[in-house]
Amino acid sequence: MKSSVIIFPGSNCDRDMDVALKKFGFKNQMVWHNDQSIPKSDLIVLPGGFSYGDYLRCGSIASKSKIIKSVIDFANSGGLVLGICNGFQILTETGLLNGILQQNKFLNFICSNVFVKVKDKQNKYFKDLKKDVLELHIAHNEGNYFCSNDELKSLEDNNQIAVTYCGEDGSENETTNPNGAIKNIAGIFNNNKNVLGMMPHPERMIDKYLSGEDGSLFFKNILDNFK
Amino acid sequence: MEVTEAVAIDHGLKKEEFSKICELLKRTPNLTELAIFSAMWNEHCSYKSSRKHLKKMHTKGKQVIQGPGENAGVIDIGDDDAIVFKIESHNHPSFIEPYQGAATGVGGIMRDVFTMGARPIANLNSIHFGSPQHKKTRNLLRGVVKGIGGYGNCIGVPTIAGQTTFDESYNGNILVNAMTLGLVNKNKIFYSKAAGLDKPVIYVGSKTGRDGIHGASMASATFDDKIEEKKPTVQVGDPFTEKLLLEACLELMADNSIIAIQDMGAAGLTSSSVEMASKGNLGIELNLSEVPCREEKMTPYEIMLSESQERMLIVLEKGKEEHAKKIFDKWNLDFAVIGRTTNSKKIELIFDNKKVAEIPIDLLAENAPVYDRPWKKTKLPQKLKFDKDEFKSLKLSDCLKRILSNSNISDKKWIWDQYDHTVMGDTIQKPGGDAGVVRVHGTNKAVAASVDSSALYCFSHPLTGGKQIVCESYRNLISVGAKPIAITNCLNFGNPEKEKNMGEFVECVEGISEASKYLDFPVVSGNVSFYNETKDKGIKPTPTIGGVGLIPDYKQMLTMDFKTEGNLVYVIGKTDGHLDQSIFARELLNEKKGPPPTVNLFNEKNIGETLLDLSRKNLIVSCHDVSLGGILTAVSKMCIKGKKGIKINSLKGLTNKYEYFFGEDQARYIVEIPRASLKKVIEILNKYSVHFDDLGVIDGNSIKYNDDINLPIEELADAHKYWLKKYMDS
Repeated sequence: MKSSVIIFPGSNCDRDMDVALKKFGFKNQMVWHNDQSIPKSDLIVLPGGFSYGDYLRCGSIASKSKIIKSVIDFANSGGLVLGICNGFQILTETGLLNGILQQNKFLNFICSNVFVKVKDKQNKYFKDLKKDVLELHIAHNEGNYFCSNDELKSLEDNNQIAVTYCGEDGSENETTNPNGAIKNIAGIFNNNKNVLGMMPHPERMIDKYLSGEDGSLFFKNILDNFK
Repeated sequence: MEVTEAVAIDHGLKKEEFSKICELLKRTPNLTELAIFSAMWNEHCSYKSSRKHLKKMHTKGKQVIQGPGENAGVIDIGDDDAIVFKIESHNHPSFIEPYQGAATGVGGIMRDVFTMGARPIANLNSIHFGSPQHKKTRNLLRGVVKGIGGYGNCIGVPTIAGQTTFDESYNGNILVNAMTLGLVNKNKIFYSKAAGLDKPVIYVGSKTGRDGIHGASMASATFDDKIEEKKPTVQVGDPFTEKLLLEACLELMADNSIIAIQDMGAAGLTSSSVEMASKGNLGIELNLSEVPCREEKMTPYEIMLSESQERMLIVLEKGKEEHAKKIFDKWNLDFAVIGRTTNSKKIELIFDNKKVAEIPIDLLAENAPVYDRPWKKTKLPQKLKFDKDEFKSLKLSDCLKRILSNSNISDKKWIWDQYDHTVMGDTIQKPGGDAGVVRVHGTNKAVAASVDSSALYCFSHPLTGGKQIVCESYRNLISVGAKPIAITNCLNFGNPEKEKNMGEFVECVEGISEASKYLDFPVVSGNVSFYNETKDKGIKPTPTIGGVGLIPDYKQMLTMDFKTEGNLVYVIGKTDGHLDQSIFARELLNEKKGPPPTVNLFNEKNIGETLLDLSRKNLIVSCHDVSLGGILTAVSKMCIKGKKGIKINSLKGLTNKYEYFFGEDQARYIVEIPRASLKKVIEILNKYSVHFDDLGVIDGNSIKYNDDINLPIEELADAHKYWLKKYMDS
């Protein structure tokens, strides 16, 4: 499976994502934000970081960058696009995903392990995933997902909520919500479920010596579903 | 403006220093020249009060590639890998403007490291605040933590460890010390020594603005009531630009275009250009009209003194200008040829086609004043005679809870949750352990780092305190299974013009030097911060030690959390029960006098090596050094982290249980031993003639000791974990 990771000035999880993708067998290449086109890929990843310093609004300048038109075209033609953290913020800014990511409820940056519940398995990311609750890692200041009531209803009706923050036992409530996101939302899909944006970083959880290894399941699952 | 003695004094120079300048120049300097002298001759840049004593530091070692004197120190960790590291203070600016002060402290130290060609792989920090009751403390702490996080998180370098303390002596002078480690190929290290004539001098990075002018002078003076007026001397950081600068510099460093490179830190363009020329024994000519400026009509004076952040000065191979420019254009950074190296041995400044300054380099560097300031020895205080009957009214379990929730012992998760500590995907020990550990990317090796200081011990007896912190750093590295290699130090002191403060400095340096020599734990970089004093009140002497060690196989890393029920818990090292200067004496007896615990360097080394032997043979499964709060505090932390209890044995022949459990004797560790390994462990302990106590066994969910203690771990965890969060929310 071929993947491309886009590097924006200020991206800082690009290498981590490259390492993770290659570890599980993706043929990954790095693509510079000023390039016009993306090499043939099965998956495009927008990595975490602070693209363009996150000035103006997180992800907003990146959503107007040169490369982004190719990403949008790729997504609209059904290609898999994954945005992690800042990548999720960029995807909402491009309009590929609904809603926005506001500053965390307690106004602090949070770097911590979290549990997320996989809400939908009828998609190429989570189909046949062995677990329902994954332990992943967050590191963000603006991860408080918000959208209008209509948008929320449509996300729920179309099963576009991908993952939600929860406890180890899968319980979703205020205490298991690290950043104040509406309905504990940690990640969502677009209507076709080929575009996934999520705040947690699976690429930081890929061996037992790190914070955990549930991220491995995530990457392996994408590969398994592609075969 | 005419330069007079009064103008010189306004620039922070002393009357005699001004006369010396006129004498050396054989004329009166113009204002720009005076500014250059004041920038180079202030304490911060010239080390004029400390230099004489810093020479005594132990700086050599088998693994040392570069000792003090460069942008950072460098050590060899095998296979052509080297670690570049340094710690630096940003105390004065952080008190005036906590967010920007702390942020630019982090930015500055990272530049020091990547200037040498290394990619930063870990950040640490040691931050010290006034009493929790002081009205400024909460906001200063919040601002500093946000600043450190705001910068480090954006660059994408994990913050892996730190230290936070509270003491009323920091009420008017907080301390913010930032440390960075970088990884470099040892054959691709870049230095600041210029070489070759007529080589282009290149300016890259951000534009120059009017921020930070006189920053270095501000950091070389004490504070008074008008410190608010000094806000404009604090620089403003832009981590995004630094991230671009980092990537652009590393890209340019991939080939052989760079002769010398120096970041523009304290005293900006002045000190960077003078240092490069001075080290290369060359002259340098700069055309200031070519310097990219952010603001209009900036004068040579302002350009030379600006401390705008995220800028670098490079001496390039001739003919490589276009190639280099392309890289900086790609990263959207300013690039300008602003001068050349000359054989004049002078710094010559041109502005609007006129020469505006001309000073021989040696007057700024070698001829800078060096002072042998008078200093006073601190006598070892007499050991206290505690009234042990008084202890009996104290319940052991209450004492333990009080200590665990003490501001200086309690968990600092509220702080490090705000730092990205996992980016780069190699953090295998997060903050909250004895040391932070990151893997050397793509290898089996891991590097451990820790920051430590013990102001109370140093205040009580600087010589002992100086030794103690080096040992503490050594132990923290051993505790995670790392072999200690070298240290960097940040020497935070009061006013060196006062004999007592100068004496504290001299004796702490002596202690550090003695311990680092004995332990073969050399100092490879560092910085001195004097004048941490407000309205005549100075801080307690606070030398901070940043230690770095190596774990050859990261799978052998140790953590402190108890692992398995039924495993045995031993105290390694002898406990005499030294309570003077302990947290127990302070918190429960309100007793602040007495000497710090004695440091026995032989024991430190012998026991440290024993522990390393045990960990290399995989005979112990967790380890924690015993420091502040003594044995019971250390064991509680291991229980809390591992979510497991311990049944402590009835200890035979104990003189006094308070002394045993809370004494702060040095050279001790607590280890967890699987029963199957016990025989071998005891053999090794006996071989090294190391004292040990069979403390107990991991058992259940509470700490139990005779009828004295029966505390559920959850209750202890609550006492330990939430003090800071509650404090910040209140």
